Amino acid sequence: MSRPIATTRSATGIPTGRLALWWIVFSEIVIFGGLLGSYIMHRIGHPEWAYDAIHTNTMAGAVNTFVLLTSSLMAVLAHQAAERGDGKRAAKFLYWTVLGAVAFLVIKGFEWHHEIVDLGYVLTTSGFWSFYYIAAGLHGVHVIGGAIIMLFVAHDAKKGKELQRVEYIGIYWHFVDLVWIFLFPLLYIAK
Amino acid sequence: MTSQTESSVETHAGDHHHEEGFVKKYLWSTDHKMIAKQYLFTGMAMAVIGGWMAYVFRMQLAFPGEAVPGYGLVSSAEYNSMVTNHGTIMIFWVAMPVLIAAFGNYLIPLMIGCDDMVFPRINRLSYQVFLLSAIVLIFSLFVQGGGFGGAWTSYPPLSSESQFNLQPLAPSLWVIAVALEFVAFLLGGINFIVTLMNSRAPGMKMYDIPMVIWMIVLASIIFMASVGPLIAGAIMLVFDQLLGTSFFDPGNGGDPVLWQHLFWFFGHPEVYVVLLPALGIVAEIMPVFSRKKLFAYKTVLYTAIATGIISFFVWAHHQFISGIDPRMANVFTVTTLIISVPIAEMMFVFIATLWGGSIKLTVPMLWALSFVAEFMLGGVTGIYLGASGADIYFHDTYFVLAHFHYTFFPIAIIGTFAAVTYWYPKIFGRMMNATLGKIHFWGTIVAFNFIFIPLFMLGAAGQHRRIYSYELFPELAELQDLRVFATKAMIVMLAFQSVFIFNFFKSMFWGEKAPMNPWRSSTLEWTVPSPPPHGNFAVLPTVYRGPYEYSHPDREEDFWPQDEAPITNG
Repeated sequence: MSRPIATTRSATGIPTGRLALWWIVFSEIVIFGGLLGSYIMHRIGHPEWAYDAIHTNTMAGAVNTFVLLTSSLMAVLAHQAAERGDGKRAAKFLYWTVLGAVAFLVIKGFEWHHEIVDLGYVLTTSGFWSFYYIAAGLHGVHVIGGAIIMLFVAHDAKKGKELQRVEYIGIYWHFVDLVWIFLFPLLYIAK
Repeated sequence: MTSQTESSVETHAGDHHHEEGFVKKYLWSTDHKMIAKQYLFTGMAMAVIGGWMAYVFRMQLAFPGEAVPGYGLVSSAEYNSMVTNHGTIMIFWVAMPVLIAAFGNYLIPLMIGCDDMVFPRINRLSYQVFLLSAIVLIFSLFVQGGGFGGAWTSYPPLSSESQFNLQPLAPSLWVIAVALEFVAFLLGGINFIVTLMNSRAPGMKMYDIPMVIWMIVLASIIFMASVGPLIAGAIMLVFDQLLGTSFFDPGNGGDPVLWQHLFWFFGHPEVYVVLLPALGIVAEIMPVFSRKKLFAYKTVLYTAIATGIISFFVWAHHQFISGIDPRMANVFTVTTLIISVPIAEMMFVFIATLWGGSIKLTVPMLWALSFVAEFMLGGVTGIYLGASGADIYFHDTYFVLAHFHYTFFPIAIIGTFAAVTYWYPKIFGRMMNATLGKIHFWGTIVAFNFIFIPLFMLGAAGQHRRIYSYELFPELAELQDLRVFATKAMIVMLAFQSVFIFNFFKSMFWGEKAPMNPWRSSTLEWTVPSPPPHGNFAVLPTVYRGPYEYSHPDREEDFWPQDEAPITNG
């Protein structure tokens, strides 16, 4: 399908794809904002949730923060390569980013397995665990979705096509990273 | 900037004849005009369903316990399901798809002078998700236990626990349908916003954008900013329903008022999400049929932006009797009264636009004028409800019901009829019959007032909403005459809609062929053939002036198209 002329115009000076991506990020911010706002209000109202929060694995959360931040660095390097027009190198860094996503999910999997199977803290154990699994789960869905889209972008970038998308998926990835930066202290550090 | 000048001289290659199959043309199209029609027809079909439900439950109220002609006996569960789904359908599957999605899709590319939306395939996906949401909702009416009956506000615990609502499936299907509908409008909204920001015709500056386009895009932004918390809330509600969490269950550390906050943080801005496009439609029609510039363009624009911002600070006026802190009730009373100021200002702007104009009472103009008159009644009665002192008495009565029907009917129904009758020649290439249009107008408007004025009286007398039969309330049973009167008026109003449906479909095939610019308007959509071809413009236009240059003293012609190049002296 050929692109309409509308897509190629840029009255703001910002490329259409990047502009749309910022609006997507905005719409996601209010979704996570609503969820985390509800959590914070509840947490303030329920000091006893601290007895649940004490069981979250701060170390695993810290390692995962490091993993995600590193993968964001890879996304930046991919963008830098794409800016220079080096699609192959951009794709390589994107694959590293995806690897970071996989590592994040694997660590999360072990963590949840331990909490659910060994400790018996499930979704319905208490309000804290409900928020814990839903907030981290919704974030995890974004990690999975982002990684899948990134594979498509990398596939094109390798052939030198649609290199601008390397930047766009990078913006999205930084957003996913940023959500985790909020989740980590709220769910792991605040004991 | 180079690409912009290049594209402005580029002629569109889409003029050559497309031989497309039925599926490609009608169901899988990426053309913004076809997607707009899909939204319009889906919205109209849903309006018929919503109207049918209103007929059934009003008949039950007027003649409790008697079989409703065409339906049969109405059980209390069916009654609850119908009032719930009537509200849900009319707001999410009629007002939003028609006012925002249908007219937004149709008008944005045409009125800003480009060939399509920036993301045509996302646009198609938006409609497909919307259609899926409508199918899920209709499916939920037929599952075991019947359609969801916990009111369109879906307050827990009634919505979250099947021990209370006795419905294993419908509440979850209802939430899923609404959530899918939100996804569709987020996809569409991103398209609208980016298209307006980036794809305007060369020369179209901020104050040259037609007001209806501003309003639809502002509505999309307000929607996007307000719906997020409710999406989060919808996830929590579905988890409460299906997986046994207790976000909203106070017995297990949850809080049912949290849902009310999340719902109304979206629900109140939602009023403005549908109001602004309707105001925009009126703002387009009034200058054309009074042959005058829209009064105070910038004031209207900034007022709309202010309204959008204030609309995020009024939500708790829906919760005055939900146990919120009385000091908070004071704060929300003040903000609610403040938001009536910009809306009142809009009404004055419309009156000022009419002042001294040469007014033509065409069918679209009649609808636009009636919008101002009827919406004013809705707005004024809102002041009583926004003040917590009065609201404690009026809360959950028919006074509230009549109030919001006096706002939503002008928005969703009058606004739609104004827009359909005004842009019909462009969309379908034929004129609607004006005599039938006027018969339909008067039949609808008079009957509408006869429905809801009695309901104001019933509400003031203390009649509560969401009651299956008032026979069990002795002091309310004697007001039965008013209920019967309102129901009869509603049947008259529904009967007059057949005039519109007849006119709509007859004109589509046998109406008089519409010229390019039947109303002598100056905006860009009237500079292309009716209906516009694929790709809209043979040569993409350049804009030289604002959208409302009527009766300019230096010109013979009393309108001045936005794309007409100024005459340069030598």
